[in-house]
Amino acid sequence: MHVDTLAVTVVDGVAYGLLLAIAAAGLTVAFGAGGVLNLAHGVLIAAGGYIAATTTAGTWASLVAATVLATVAGAAGGGALAAATAALRGRGHLDQALLTFGIALIGGNLLTTIFGSDVLRPRMPAALEGTVMVAGYRYPVDRLAVLAVAVLVAAVGYVVLHRSRAGRLIRATVDDRAMVAGIGVNPRTVDAAVLVTSGALAGLAGALATPILGVGPGTADTTLLLSLIIVVCGGLGSVPGAVTAAIGVGVVQTVGVVTVPTAAPYLLIAAMTVTLVARRPTVPNGAAS
Amino acid sequence: MSAFTQAFAADRTPPLLKRGATAAFAAGAVTAVAMSPASYLHTTVARMLPLALLAVSVAVVTGHAGLPTLGQVAPYAVGAYLTARLALTGIDLAAVHLLTAAIGGAVVAGLIGTVLVRYRGTVFLMLSLAVAEVTAITAGQWRAVSGGTDGLAGIPAPRLLPGLPPLHGDRTVLLYAATIAVAATFVAVWLLRGDRRMLLTAARTNEDRARASGHLVYANLWMVHTAAGGLAGIAGALLIHTHRWITPADVGFGVAALALLAVVIGGARSLIGAAVGAVIVLIVRDIVAVEVPGHAPLLLGTLFVIGVYLLPGGLTALPTRLRRQLSAGPHSAPPAPANASVRRTS
Amino acid sequence: MRIVHPVEPDQPPSPRSGRDPDHAHGNGLVASGLRHAYGPLTVLDLDTFTIAPGDRHAVIGPNGAGKSTLLGVLAGTIRAQTGQLTYNGHTVTRHGAEWRARAGIGRTFQHPTLWPDLTCLDCVRIGGWHHRRNPDRTPMETLHLVGLADHAHQHAGSLSHGHRRMLDLAVAIAGQPRILLLDEPAAGLTDTETGRLIDVIHRMPSWIAVVLVEHHMDVVAAVADWITVLHHGRRHTAGPADTVRADPRVAALYLGTNGGGHAAHP
Repeated sequence: MHVDTLAVTVVDGVAYGLLLAIAAAGLTVAFGAGGVLNLAHGVLIAAGGYIAATTTAGTWASLVAATVLATVAGAAGGGALAAATAALRGRGHLDQALLTFGIALIGGNLLTTIFGSDVLRPRMPAALEGTVMVAGYRYPVDRLAVLAVAVLVAAVGYVVLHRSRAGRLIRATVDDRAMVAGIGVNPRTVDAAVLVTSGALAGLAGALATPILGVGPGTADTTLLLSLIIVVCGGLGSVPGAVTAAIGVGVVQTVGVVTVPTAAPYLLIAAMTVTLVARRPTVPNGAAS
Repeated sequence: MSAFTQAFAADRTPPLLKRGATAAFAAGAVTAVAMSPASYLHTTVARMLPLALLAVSVAVVTGHAGLPTLGQVAPYAVGAYLTARLALTGIDLAAVHLLTAAIGGAVVAGLIGTVLVRYRGTVFLMLSLAVAEVTAITAGQWRAVSGGTDGLAGIPAPRLLPGLPPLHGDRTVLLYAATIAVAATFVAVWLLRGDRRMLLTAARTNEDRARASGHLVYANLWMVHTAAGGLAGIAGALLIHTHRWITPADVGFGVAALALLAVVIGGARSLIGAAVGAVIVLIVRDIVAVEVPGHAPLLLGTLFVIGVYLLPGGLTALPTRLRRQLSAGPHSAPPAPANASVRRTS
Repeated sequence: MRIVHPVEPDQPPSPRSGRDPDHAHGNGLVASGLRHAYGPLTVLDLDTFTIAPGDRHAVIGPNGAGKSTLLGVLAGTIRAQTGQLTYNGHTVTRHGAEWRARAGIGRTFQHPTLWPDLTCLDCVRIGGWHHRRNPDRTPMETLHLVGLADHAHQHAGSLSHGHRRMLDLAVAIAGQPRILLLDEPAAGLTDTETGRLIDVIHRMPSWIAVVLVEHHMDVVAAVADWITVLHHGRRHTAGPADTVRADPRVAALYLGTNGGGHAAHP
């Protein structure tokens, strides 16, 4: 493998990692704030990818439409999941997780039924099809565009989470649910809003990832597994942790698939195991008096 | 605490009579199938038994240790591939297969358990999902052992004793598989009765209180997880003995999901309920697979959603729930999730 | 695993280890440099805290003073973020709650959920599991002691709050502790039950150390001979029970904080 191909692959990995970060940030916040483990998250990502792959027609307008459509579809899916899991609130988080698992099985099968079992790729506008020279390396324009959009979304997300009232509420819910209820905000509203936002981000990430990886029957499972690894490695509920872990996972996954295809999943699992063993599980019940 | 693992409040060791009746019923059902002349029926039922036993193993971990798992498919795969490899190298004694598979499954579950039993609830479920994915990936990639996606075919039939003929006939295989599956299930039921059941209930329902009374919760849960791995290993050996071929899909994610679904439907606390749940799911799946091929996950998912919504505690809790509803009237609130604060999973 | 106290069973209760730390160093529990914080909020900051055999020690303070955290750290339910604990001269800082329980540090919980699906008798059996071959009392006798003999075969989840609290105490006693840590044992009890609680504590062998976190000043007055007042995780006052209860600063602490819901009447 040439050095320049490796460099390009690493940049791909960072781009992919940022996309995973966008996807996993919602998952980790939903888990940290409301305890909802959304195992249908991968399906929302794959749905976004399929929408992008089938809606794009080589024009700028269709590209924008596809991205918006994927985001809206993801948000709608997140809303449906929020409604479905809210009905089981009294029964505990495990039943909610099992429900999303069932929904994931259904959704995955529906996607394969509708879109077939081939790997689909979007048709990008001609301006994005070529390559450019960046710092002496040839680099596909569409990937640079994805990287730029991913950086933009991540930056906007950061600002929203840290500067806006909604973002502060969400972070406060992760830290201390009771406190949020104390200031007159129903934490369940926050849960639902987080699931909808998380779904929208998943759809968007799916749409943005298709030019790099395409979308196929394995996409939902792979992205769910990667998202879960990111959530675990980054610390449950931690957005900065998730972003760091996601970039690591993105690079390992992209470089690994090119250099040592068989070992890539094990590298990630090994990283997760090391994290789990090194980190002490948090005390299950906050014992503050 | 989830209504799912909490199952029914009136959770007592079934009396000896009830257990005897269940055993007699299981034996009767198997005999009835074996007596029937339809040999396809023999094969169909025999091939359900490995998954039923895997569901029992999942119920042990999910219901008794309180750790909802998709990961028992790992020891199941180890048991299956160990058996297949032994048979292909010419070692065809069933007892050797079962023993090796049980030990192999227990070792793998023990290793996985050292990391996983420190976690609870949804986090455990999430990590066990990773275990199931890695199992599926490994089975697909490790061609030297698994034969890749083509799988291994033409695995020789096992023998009960040296010198005896191999187990070939459909009826013979059914009776053999039923004996092993029923015996293994009842050994598990027997091991999980009385004081052991009580101590596990204590560790599961209020871990802090159990620790504060000096109980080694991690060690106990690890032992249950490991022993259940042995059970899953035996189920894997039965998979080879009843099918005599194996592909990575046989130890794939769908199987892990199916075993957990069987437990959701059958009731986490009842091992026999889980086995019955597995048989129900398999029957429905096989019927649907004939009508609309390629939609097994759709069906599994739908059953999951229905099971979670309509059957908290599974089928085995249904009589108790109905009785409670009838006696308390239709508008009574469901029993409050006891000690919800004790086991927060986030 | 089991640490044997070099203490005569019929030795009189020690007046107070605070004045006699060496006594605690030999065969008690000594915590030093305990600090615990949840995020920016420091809930516990104690230089030393000692428990010697025979102590009857009450820890009081307004809500959020770090009392339960202190108890959790001593029992091992909460792992101390900084600080050191020695028990009978051995360092036990990194030993978990299960180890400490077996070594004789028992506790009750502020919210006694117990094991809702098990009968009271089974709960007590689990509490005394490690002494089941040669128990001081049979599980039934322990239930008698706390007044729950009539409920022996009832599920713990179906008990009233007060009964559940007494059952939690029975489970802790069944573990045959040398140090018994009680987290608000009288909260929510009726007067009769409170009387029973005081009686049970009075009937403890004199060499057992009892440390209780309590708001209920009647119970503190009846039981404790030494009181430590915590405020914002720090030791506000400590001394013989009568002195501390008469201290106007302690009364002011309770009256002056909105958090001290259960008003004390010193």
